[in-house]
Amino acid sequence: MKHLLELENIKIRFRTKGVVKALIDRDKDPFIEAVCEASMSIGKGETFSLVGESGAGKTTLARSILGLVTPDEGRITFNGKDLLGLNQASFKPIKRDIAMMFQDPVGCLSPRLSVQSIVTEPFKIHNVPMADSRKEAQRLLELANLPVSFLKSYPYQLSGGQARRVGVARALALNPKLIIADEPTAGLDVSVQGEILNLMYRLQQEMGISFLVITHNLSVVRHTSDHMAIMYLGRFVETGPTDEIFKNPRHPYTKILLTSSPEPDPDAPKTRTVLQGEIPSLINRPKGCEFHTRCPLAQDRCQLEVPSLRKIGEDHYISCLLEK
Amino acid sequence: MVLCVKDLSVNFKTPRGLLKALRNINFDIDAQQIVGLVGESGCGKSTVINSILNLLAYNAIIEKGSIDLQGDNILEMSPQQIRATRGQRVSVIFQDPMTSLNPVLSIGRQMMDIQYRDKMSTTDKKNRIIRMLGRVGIADAENRLKSYPHHFSGGMRQRIAIAMAMMMKPALLIADEPTTALDATLQIQIIDLLKALQKEIQCSILFVSHDLGLVADFCDQVIVMYAGEIVESGTVRDIFHRASHPYTKRLLECDPARIKEKTRILPTIPGEIPDLVALGKDCIFVDRCPIKQNNCPLTLPPLEELAPGHFVKCHLSRVRRDG
Amino acid sequence: MTDTFEKPPEDISMLQTLINHLVRDRLALIGIVLVVIITGSAILAPLIIPHDPNKLNVRHRLKGPSSEHFLGTDQLGRDVFSRVIMGTRVALKVALISISVAGSIGLLLGMLAGFGVKWLDNSLIIFFDTIRSFPTIMFALTVVTLTGPSLNTVILVVIITSIPVYGRIVRTQTQAIVNNDFIMAEEAMGAGKIRIILVHILPNVIGPLLIIASMDIPVVVTIEAGLSFLGLGVRPPTASWGTILNDGYSFIRNTPWLVIAGGAPLILTTLGFTFLGEALRDVFDPKLRREV
Repeated sequence: MKHLLELENIKIRFRTKGVVKALIDRDKDPFIEAVCEASMSIGKGETFSLVGESGAGKTTLARSILGLVTPDEGRITFNGKDLLGLNQASFKPIKRDIAMMFQDPVGCLSPRLSVQSIVTEPFKIHNVPMADSRKEAQRLLELANLPVSFLKSYPYQLSGGQARRVGVARALALNPKLIIADEPTAGLDVSVQGEILNLMYRLQQEMGISFLVITHNLSVVRHTSDHMAIMYLGRFVETGPTDEIFKNPRHPYTKILLTSSPEPDPDAPKTRTVLQGEIPSLINRPKGCEFHTRCPLAQDRCQLEVPSLRKIGEDHYISCLLEK
Repeated sequence: MVLCVKDLSVNFKTPRGLLKALRNINFDIDAQQIVGLVGESGCGKSTVINSILNLLAYNAIIEKGSIDLQGDNILEMSPQQIRATRGQRVSVIFQDPMTSLNPVLSIGRQMMDIQYRDKMSTTDKKNRIIRMLGRVGIADAENRLKSYPHHFSGGMRQRIAIAMAMMMKPALLIADEPTTALDATLQIQIIDLLKALQKEIQCSILFVSHDLGLVADFCDQVIVMYAGEIVESGTVRDIFHRASHPYTKRLLECDPARIKEKTRILPTIPGEIPDLVALGKDCIFVDRCPIKQNNCPLTLPPLEELAPGHFVKCHLSRVRRDG
Repeated sequence: MTDTFEKPPEDISMLQTLINHLVRDRLALIGIVLVVIITGSAILAPLIIPHDPNKLNVRHRLKGPSSEHFLGTDQLGRDVFSRVIMGTRVALKVALISISVAGSIGLLLGMLAGFGVKWLDNSLIIFFDTIRSFPTIMFALTVVTLTGPSLNTVILVVIITSIPVYGRIVRTQTQAIVNNDFIMAEEAMGAGKIRIILVHILPNVIGPLLIIASMDIPVVVTIEAGLSFLGLGVRPPTASWGTILNDGYSFIRNTPWLVIAGGAPLILTTLGFTFLGEALRDVFDPKLRREV
């Protein structure tokens, strides 16, 4: 199958101190690894979810696709085109085909522009002629299920759900092939959350858009995505078809994550394992398997060997030394 | 009874007119009870909390009602009495722990400051702080007293905020979305910690959250609010197993965690929250109600007791129960 | 808390908000009235003045207020009321020219420093700090010694000393804005740097800058009066509030109205523009407007 987007062995490092400071401190490695060895692919009209706790590198990985962060190693292919190594000018047309929805629904809208200007912004950036900017904005708001009367509103007048829909409308402006949605339901009430997800699904059906969804809400992932990857400290610990992972999670972290949200039923059996401690800082990345400091099954070898992603089923990969 | 809110109505003065944020709120919190307050944004949850803490915005008008904390009406307290109440008899933890932590003071200093009313020796106070921090899971507490809030991770900060809130053994702890900003694995840790501390200190907790899973797991009683009114209240099983109000039912249906079969189309509640400035005379949920009938009276439904302790505000609850 | 009504919020225009605000806020109303009177008299000065402000009349020197001379006459017999009105022109001319020039340059440099590359930011900050390290009066004295006292010197001094103030404010504002999600959203959509600066940063920094600039008008007016008082500003016989004060200063025991006539407009200008600036801040700061 030909994929729309392919990421191969992406590695993203951030500098922790300046060149001079690193020299003075004799720090040979003034970097932290935000993402390491991430590989994934998204087919046309497919939804891929990146799951993980904060600091797992989900957002960094997604931003690297748009060139907002530059990977140090790896390959990003979009629609058959290698994205790394493109200069700003040749990247610009790519940005017509990939749209991004940011986590903060209100904060990602330019505060002094009206909704009409905001949703038609992509046209202006890419010099795409519009017959009538008002009509165009109206069409986009209708696509996003927002009454036309919002055209004259300003971002601060919008509720989270309304601003989110403006964000969807803006993302749709130039008929993108891929939409990267960073926490599309963060901060929304459950009833509104459903509306946004249904809207995204409808657009996917009608326009064949692929989605890369970043989220920590597993119940949303279960219902909305085809494939998923679970990240921990910048590394994919498990990736595969969503149904398969929910049915048969193999990595100990995945297993714990799947049971960590209590069921909305007071009499549900409490089978959860409480994970001790917190995610280690990227600056003190644990040696060996990154998860061994919190893993209930950790053994001695986990502190020494770095597991690599290996295939354990159809399209199903984990990185764990113990799981067979 | 630790807290008794009676007939509380709160309005806000706005340029558009009087916004009726809370209308006739009645609820009790018994000793050692954990009460969940559930509802979507705009339902008045924060106004309830701010009323209890006497922290309403300047444009708020308390139309009527009383809030009795262990028999003393908070709304009639003098500023001195209020200060003596906050932190000692009722304390609060917020979604963002930095709301309650001062970024420029060390945590030891801050926790010392909240004990200023106690006539203990400084050493005793310090020991109490170390004990409390150790209790909430701060390793090596003695050496971390001089640390500042930004030295800690988000989860640790929330633990410190909990230690500060619980140190004076309040009768009532208000937990306002205490785990919303935290990751899934930390949420459970914090909830378990709150449970354990609640047992030790024997306080009551008002737990405000939109996470129905946590509410089901943690609470004894649940109050469901919609557009400034309590539409249903009862035990956690009343609400999660025998929900009667159409809004409660809908809210539960919308939670994707409750949907067992994979579905691409998620349920929603169509329609809009009524405008609290221009309220009609009838049931507040009528515009969005999926089961409304033509013979629903055009008046506010009374709060009815379906079963002992299970209250619901719906014209149709009686019809359904009787026939 | 009340922001979830699915109805679009009513479209209240800025002007309407301003008017609503003025009705409620008495100080703002006083500010507006004062500013209108001050600017009005500056514009219409030639029509208002009853006498030639520079015409000497030695026989009528140091006369008290009368129906002929509302504020009396000075030691050379000139009509003080006419001189005060003409002084308004000088004061506002200095303030408006220097603040708008300094504001524009500061805005441009500040945005570049805040959004631009690191080396530009660093060198601009060094430039700003160098200028700021000279005390205004010392700097003015130096310039005056070099060029001789004149109105243009005053304007030049104020411009040079104000650029760093505005530049710094704009730079800080820009830096705060650049870290917002909406700037990254623009970059993600492919917007160029110039577009981001003009369409997304400028409208967000210009409001606060205008408010600060309007509150700076009385400051500059005072600087001009001060320099003129010291004889470093406008040249005689041109009327300025500073020279009127200076004239009156020598006769303060016998003819206090001269000092009052020179000082009162300074106080009123300060009050008027400060109240106006505060009202503008309340109206245009969206954070405050968001509150119900």
